[in-house]
Amino acid sequence: MNLPPYRLALKGITKSFPGVLANDAVDLALQAGEIHALLGENGAGKSTLVKILYGVLQADAGEILWHGSPVEIGSPAAARKLGIAMVFQHFSLFETLTVAENVWLGIDKTEPLAVVAGKVRETSERYGLPLDPNRHVHELSVGERQRIEIVRCLLQNPELLVMDEPTSVLTPQEADRLFETLRRLAAEGMTILYISHKLDEIRALCGKATILRGGKRVAEAVPAEESSRSLARLMIGQDFAEAERKPDEGRIGAKRLTVGGLTIASTSPFGTPLDKVSFEIRGGEILGMAGVAGNGQAELISALIGEEKVPVGMLALDGTDIGDKGPAERRSLGLAVVPEERQGRSAVPELTLAENALLTGHQRFSLVRHGLVQAADAARRAGEIISRFAVKANGPQAEARGLSGGNLQKFIIGREIGQAPGVFVASAPTWGVDAGAAAAIHQAIIDLAATGAAVLIISQDLDELMVMSDRICAICAGRVSPAIDRAEATTERIGLMMGGSFTVAGEAA
Amino acid sequence: MSHKKVPLLRLEPRAETARVMVYAAPLIAVVLTLIGGSVLFALMGFAPHVALYNFFIAPISDTYGLSELAVKATPLVLIAIGLSLGFRANVWNIGAEGQLTIGALFGGMVALALNDLTGWYILPLEIIAGVLAGMAWAAIPAFLRTRFNTNEILVSLMLTYIAQLLLNLLVHGVLRDPAALGFPQSKAFSDSTLLPTILDGTRVTSSTIITLLIVGIAWVVVAKSFVGFQIRVAGLAPAAARYAGFRQPRLVWMTLLAGGGLAGLAGIFEVAGPIGQLQPTISPGYGFTAIIVAFLGRLHPLGILLAGLLVALSYLGGEAVQINMGMPLAVTGVFQGMLLFFLLACDVLVSYRIRWRGTGQGAVTGARAAKG
Repeated sequence: MNLPPYRLALKGITKSFPGVLANDAVDLALQAGEIHALLGENGAGKSTLVKILYGVLQADAGEILWHGSPVEIGSPAAARKLGIAMVFQHFSLFETLTVAENVWLGIDKTEPLAVVAGKVRETSERYGLPLDPNRHVHELSVGERQRIEIVRCLLQNPELLVMDEPTSVLTPQEADRLFETLRRLAAEGMTILYISHKLDEIRALCGKATILRGGKRVAEAVPAEESSRSLARLMIGQDFAEAERKPDEGRIGAKRLTVGGLTIASTSPFGTPLDKVSFEIRGGEILGMAGVAGNGQAELISALIGEEKVPVGMLALDGTDIGDKGPAERRSLGLAVVPEERQGRSAVPELTLAENALLTGHQRFSLVRHGLVQAADAARRAGEIISRFAVKANGPQAEARGLSGGNLQKFIIGREIGQAPGVFVASAPTWGVDAGAAAAIHQAIIDLAATGAAVLIISQDLDELMVMSDRICAICAGRVSPAIDRAEATTERIGLMMGGSFTVAGEAA
Repeated sequence: MSHKKVPLLRLEPRAETARVMVYAAPLIAVVLTLIGGSVLFALMGFAPHVALYNFFIAPISDTYGLSELAVKATPLVLIAIGLSLGFRANVWNIGAEGQLTIGALFGGMVALALNDLTGWYILPLEIIAGVLAGMAWAAIPAFLRTRFNTNEILVSLMLTYIAQLLLNLLVHGVLRDPAALGFPQSKAFSDSTLLPTILDGTRVTSSTIITLLIVGIAWVVVAKSFVGFQIRVAGLAPAAARYAGFRQPRLVWMTLLAGGGLAGLAGIFEVAGPIGQLQPTISPGYGFTAIIVAFLGRLHPLGILLAGLLVALSYLGGEAVQINMGMPLAVTGVFQGMLLFFLLACDVLVSYRIRWRGTGQGAVTGARAAKG
């Protein structure tokens, strides 16, 4: 009975931050050649654990065993030296450099660039990650950029590859391709630690799952033997109500939002200009817009908010042209837009929740009188949002940065929905939000539509769009496809639309 | 356990800023400045306790000393209040010295033009001229930033030198008093163009009372008004300000005009107050020192009031040690520099903690010690 030691074992890892016990005696054991899921809600301690494992943070207590012997991982460089590589959710690539140059910058520069370029080509071909080393990063799709990060890791021949929410930026087809690669790597003996909140994916890909809740390891499961719902229950620790959209719920009202031939240049050099974007949404209707990040979503959101004004005749709210109106005017006319970025855009981290309620709610909540802020009213409004949307926060005077991503998003969505908008637009409303909070957000949006509001949801999460939408369209390279009814929408068909094949997808109907 | 490529000391962001430290940092900075000052005095061969007494206590040990403190603090507080509004919105007006100079020059020219008249309207006219001139000078960086996206730090700073040269040109030229025996200075202001003193035997004028009023108004703007909220959001998260629809150019204009106007007001208060005429040098660097005052006061009106008094004391103290102990004038600047340096250092510890390496896992946090 002399089993080989685990490739990596974490024992009793404990890490506290002021006021929070992020990891509480967490154990994790990874074997050679396994794909192991690390599951948990936001704030469950996944990132902290991974940062400790990758040397970004140091544990207060506990032990890390690498091939059975204790090690101390003082920095990411030390982790890489041991054979641990990590693909982050947010890439660190230089847009103006080529693929090979980016890889070369990230490794020990003992080899000439040309040799590295050759290795990039070889590795990418070997693992089915097609990548041209000589192309510039800014020309590449997000999926291709992720491949650079993966290839960069693979060049170091790691024994453990950590992947943080890798599919959040991919089309379904790209995700499938990535899974093939990961399975191949595991078959060759590499260990993969896979962090995700997409439970279907984990069930399809991972042999084992470690589940964290509130900083503690609460369970180890075999995902294939669980249902998505049972996994979610383990994560949350209780049952939750999933959002439900009844078919043909009183929609087909009057046209509320009309976008006609919206064509604008992007303000950022690597942005995507919008090209004759047209769609309309009626009262009571939810339109879903699929698309891989960076295909014009940011520009569309910016144009809808009113940060960038647009020519007359391209944007109408309840029949009124709003192209030349600013964000505050549009909001007072009943248009609420929630962009993807929470910290620093739809909320100010350093301000209290009451002040964040004031940020967009000052008009429709009438929180300003004679130029003075009505602080008590703002606090009351924030309190209402907190209780109505079950936001976990220390009251209206809590700072926004103290909230977990999901809770802050619930607050933001609550703030916008609380203003009873006629048109509601949200980009990635449940991105990085745990299942319980996501269900609450979905239900709130569905309820809003039921009151006769027109809703647009821009998301990369197809499951979300399938649950929520009446019609689904896709955005690709700044163009928006015609919308199809949800009944006709399949993952494959939307995937094609996301890839830009609008006509093929349309003809299939 | 064998890797060695870890720095001995590094800064790690705190999960949350320590509330107490936000207010304690300026006090710690003051204490550190006193310690640093003692070392400096000792190195220069003076007994530290005597020097510190002469620097900090002696200047304000009588009524006249206290009144001089008010005279020096008035322009500092006035300018710092204006600058703090901009700094809160990430609008970096570094040219208050120039706006002060232009305010003094144009306000002073109005005073000289009306020098022989009497009437209640003369002083208000002069003051309005000074404020408008300061605002006009600040409008240049505001226009260039909102229209051409230029950097207001450079523009406002460079305009300071232009303002000073303009003042020089005029007091050496058309504004020179023919009776001044060739000295570059204007005629002395007449009584009707001078601010009345409010305490007999001192140089304290009604400008001090107006400054206190402005501190009160600024507090309402910063703490209670919606404009103050917009300024704060623009400074903390520009993207959120755009999202909310707070118009950035308008905030740039408003904060620069407020800064320029108050600096101009400080300028006319100086020439119509303690100085009493136009001369080549109007301010001993109040416009620049006010930057220190604004930050030392945490960009908060009441904090600025306290910080203004402290920094004014450093001017008086510098003069006192110069006269009583024969120290060089540069001591004042060194003191102010140390104060700002220690303040910035303490600020780092408000949002970061120091991590020491080499003590193994669960390294000791150095910042805890500073937290007290």
